[in-house]
Amino acid sequence: MKAIKALLPLISAVLAEIVAFGVSDSPLHQKSAHPYFAYLLIIVTVLYYAGVLITSKTVKKKPSEHPPFYRAVFLAGVILFFNILNIVTVKTALLPVLYFPSLDRVFGTLVEDRELIFKCIKFSMGLLAKGVLGGLIVGFFMGIAVGFSKTAEYWINPIIRILGPIPSTAWIPVLLVLFAKASSASAFIIGISVWFPTVVLTSSGISNVKNSYFEVSSTLGSNNLQKIFRIGVPSAMPSIFLGLFNGICGSFVALMTAEMIGAKYGIGWYVNWQKEMMAYSNVYAGLIVIAVLFYLIITVLFKVRDKVLGWQKGVIKW
Amino acid sequence: MVGSIRFEGVKKNFLTLEGETVNALSGVDLEIEKGDFVCLIGPSGCGKSTMLRLLAGLDTPTEGTIYIGDKKVTKPDCDRGLVFQDPNLFPWLNIYDNISFGLKVRKLFKQRKKDVGEFIELVGLKGFEKSYPHQLSGGMCQRASLARALIGHPKALLLDEPLGALDAFTRMNMQDELLRIRKEQEMTMIMVTHDVDEAVYLADKIVVMTPRPAKIEQIIEVHLSQPRDRNNPEFIRLRSQILQILDFAGKEKEIEYNI
Repeated sequence: MKAIKALLPLISAVLAEIVAFGVSDSPLHQKSAHPYFAYLLIIVTVLYYAGVLITSKTVKKKPSEHPPFYRAVFLAGVILFFNILNIVTVKTALLPVLYFPSLDRVFGTLVEDRELIFKCIKFSMGLLAKGVLGGLIVGFFMGIAVGFSKTAEYWINPIIRILGPIPSTAWIPVLLVLFAKASSASAFIIGISVWFPTVVLTSSGISNVKNSYFEVSSTLGSNNLQKIFRIGVPSAMPSIFLGLFNGICGSFVALMTAEMIGAKYGIGWYVNWQKEMMAYSNVYAGLIVIAVLFYLIITVLFKVRDKVLGWQKGVIKW
Repeated sequence: MVGSIRFEGVKKNFLTLEGETVNALSGVDLEIEKGDFVCLIGPSGCGKSTMLRLLAGLDTPTEGTIYIGDKKVTKPDCDRGLVFQDPNLFPWLNIYDNISFGLKVRKLFKQRKKDVGEFIELVGLKGFEKSYPHQLSGGMCQRASLARALIGHPKALLLDEPLGALDAFTRMNMQDELLRIRKEQEMTMIMVTHDVDEAVYLADKIVVMTPRPAKIEQIIEVHLSQPRDRNNPEFIRLRSQILQILDFAGKEKEIEYNI
């Protein structure tokens, strides 16, 4: 039973390869230079079994709980899904040919158009970094001010409440007037989308810090600045992180929109441009790149969270 | 005397949310000599915790003044260490970092680094330096909290029912530990407690307080030598004397209430 489970991805992959090489393509579809889908399938399968071999030696868990082993059925299912997709597109042309290009061409785009895609990734990440960092820094310090100072709360809180909920993209007409460069306007849109959740959750996190922590720290000799940065901030860190997380998720939306205003590159721009060219294989390739990029960012964020908030216990994990 | 603590006509009123004034402490005069172990005892609402918070500088008196030596108490300072009933360890720091917190904020950590290990040993937490508070038992956390307050060499240690949340066995251990620490560090200790037995076991001076109005009812000196035997006739006599004072105050209130 176990052996069959471990072999499921291989069986599914072999089936897909048989379909890919054995069944002739529909004449309605444009030819691809290479059978990219079949290549990718071989790479994934080889990597998977290499992973199984390595982890079965290093990870000291029950074999059935090894991460790759545990995902065997899932992977087999995914390969089956792509196999079916391959059949209904390039093999039989059951789906509209224009909007559902062959998998070979979708994956082929990633290889053949890699220079432009790489340029776009670089541009998007630069923009995202600028916007997120700016929004984060402003949100963090404004949140601290609002959380600690009554005066700051009096003046800044209403502004946050009124301006914060405006969707960041609604600012575009104003920003295009305010900023000379479109890229600054784009960064600003991303900044706003990060700023709002960060400032709200930082200030609320700080106002919820147990007062006795501050009392204890003052009997131990800390001054006001130390109370803010050694007690307030670390104690509010779970809440601050939640704000950061929401902000970064929001920034992805903002990034895609921001790249539609006068951008020359960018992965959101790429998808939009290719859609207008009716090059749907490139659109899908762009979507794959977006998914992978954001998945990586979120994964890194989770890792950082586990490191920074490892001291928490019995709290709802997200 | 230098280093003694004096309460002079100290009153404290609080405003409730409804705008009523609550009298939390009505006119307290008390002198505590350096090196004394003083227990404040009484039912809830008698102002004993308020006295401690005022002395710590966390609240300011409505009237009257508290002096340490000839210095007025105006704000919290590291010459008065404070331990609450809840250990209040910082959950984001491990035990080592919690205990060295006071040294770090006062920029003394580099020169007194080796003290941290000593104090960890003093409270019996060797081997738990890297643990986080949530991984330790209540008693261990309270020990860590004690070490955190002690490491800055305060002149006085203020204890607000520090053993209240512990089980009887841990509690008796910790009482002996407090006496040992006091002997080693030669400091004034002022402890709020509900437990008459604990007060008689530890204190040189027991301040018995009563509520409504919150004030000092009587101050009882304990002239028993350490270590004390809980079955000593004098021990038992003191205990029943204090209970009588507290009981009497309670009964009087009851009659008042019935009328």
